[in-house]
Amino acid sequence: MNRAARPRSPLAALGVILVAAALLVLPFALAQAGTAWVRITNLAILFALLALGLNIVVGFAGLLDLGYIAFYGVGAYVWAMLASPHFNLHLPFWAILPIGALAACVFGVLLGAPTLKLRGDYLAIVTLGFGEIVRIFLNNLSRPVNITNGPQGIARIDPVRIGEFDFSTTSKIAGLTFSGPIKYYYLLLVFLVVVIVLNMRLQDSRIGRAWEAIREDEIAARAMGIDTTSVKLLAFAMGASFGGIAGGMFASMQSFISPESFVLVESVMVLAMVVLGGMGNIWGVVLGAVLLTFVPEILRYTVEPLQKAAFGRTIVEPEVIRMLLFGLALVLMMLFRPSGILPSSARRREREGRQP
Amino acid sequence: MNLLELHAVEVRYGGIRAVKGVSLSVAEGEMVCLVGANGAGKTTTLKAAAGLLPAAAGAIHYAGAPIAGMKSFELVRRGMALVPEGRGVFGQLTVAENLAMGAYVRDDAAAIAADRERMLQLFPRLKERYQQSAGTLSGGEQQMLAIARALMSRPRLLLLDEPSMGLAPLIVERIFEIVADIAREGVTILLVEQNARLALETCQRAYVMESGAISLAGNARELLDNPQVREAYLGE
Repeated sequence: MNRAARPRSPLAALGVILVAAALLVLPFALAQAGTAWVRITNLAILFALLALGLNIVVGFAGLLDLGYIAFYGVGAYVWAMLASPHFNLHLPFWAILPIGALAACVFGVLLGAPTLKLRGDYLAIVTLGFGEIVRIFLNNLSRPVNITNGPQGIARIDPVRIGEFDFSTTSKIAGLTFSGPIKYYYLLLVFLVVVIVLNMRLQDSRIGRAWEAIREDEIAARAMGIDTTSVKLLAFAMGASFGGIAGGMFASMQSFISPESFVLVESVMVLAMVVLGGMGNIWGVVLGAVLLTFVPEILRYTVEPLQKAAFGRTIVEPEVIRMLLFGLALVLMMLFRPSGILPSSARRREREGRQP
Repeated sequence: MNLLELHAVEVRYGGIRAVKGVSLSVAEGEMVCLVGANGAGKTTTLKAAAGLLPAAAGAIHYAGAPIAGMKSFELVRRGMALVPEGRGVFGQLTVAENLAMGAYVRDDAAAIAADRERMLQLFPRLKERYQQSAGTLSGGEQQMLAIARALMSRPRLLLLDEPSMGLAPLIVERIFEIVADIAREGVTILLVEQNARLALETCQRAYVMESGAISLAGNARELLDNPQVREAYLGE
């Protein structure tokens, strides 16, 4: 069992320290290029949180979920409703976060329970429908009682505040200026580290092994004495909770949310991050999220100036090129690295068909 | 004492009765086989016994208690192990991981390690392939792994579904020898098998199944000499 190979040698430890140091100074370096890049980085971390949650359902347990963004939406709306002038509630950060996670978890079980017997394509269709149902509810729950404020969305959402410390404003600590996005960066980084550690522990746990067995062969998993029903529900519930937490952070960072943020394309995007990075591989999934968030943004800033320099005008809209390159990248990936950029150890072994 | 007892069990797939009132019993320490042609309902009967399919009528008792309403995983915890049809090894996992999965319901690490060593002695081929993923093993090796994995739960009752399926005759014989060894160690075995000759030669008692019902039952040696059986299942 070499799956749990963790850095133990001094060299690996040094590597971890260097990466940590780089991550700590990163926002200040990015801020030199513009605060927008810090915001994009924050978005990348948010997507990494989401993708890690979805990875539990898709990568670990092998259940294809196309409506995952619904849990992100639930988390975001819970935060928005409990911390904004909409209901005139302003609950503190530490109270809303567990409520949001719990609400998303309940929705996860709501989705999981009736779909337990479905597999593959059928599960994908039902989850897709579920995602749309949640979005349509968010869009229409403004009458007769205004709960979600419909398509207008909820605005002026409270930022994260811990005591007197407000994450949205600029403050000076020890002579350094921390802008709002930079503060959120550190907060999100803490979340990411916690979620990664949780995921690693889960993967190596009894539950992780049970998920793996279900992904491989459900009948055989039952014959091993695995309670497949509850273990699958657990995958849905845990994945959903992570999505809910990410949603809460999203709402507080953006200070405005509307149903438009939780459309099907977003679900597909998160799934693409998981698949591209490497289903079941925690680092692969994080890499997938970072790449799929950054590459389109980099293209946005390079495609137009390049065309202007070459032809004197914009021939192809950046948006079109982005989607084109994105599609091309996915096709190439599936041709040359079908198990993702960083495949999980099991998949790599199977594809290569040799001893690890 | 009967470890497993089926009484007038019926199993339906939708409106179709695949198993029509089967009664059979397996006593503690016995090795019993259920033979019959393809589609006779053998696997369905076995799945019902393992709690993987619900019985539409009749009763199934395991270790003295009715299994109705019990989930298959609870039966595993009570010492029932199934080697599913088509082996069902976890192809992306290594041999080592497959064996570990077999001990999923146990938590005595030292005893599990000892059992794993015992399995590797019983199946030396698995030792050679220990860190290889199960999907890359040959059919015979996969069947051995499936049996070893089932034994890792330290079963009282081992249900084997068509262990000869798709394997070369020499390998099949080897596997039946091992199964007979396991039975001699005191594990009760119910074997479902299309290869009637080999099954009847290996087991003590046998049931012959035909279109969803038991048509013949008795001592395996006697059934081997039964003209009806010889004609229908042994190709004579």
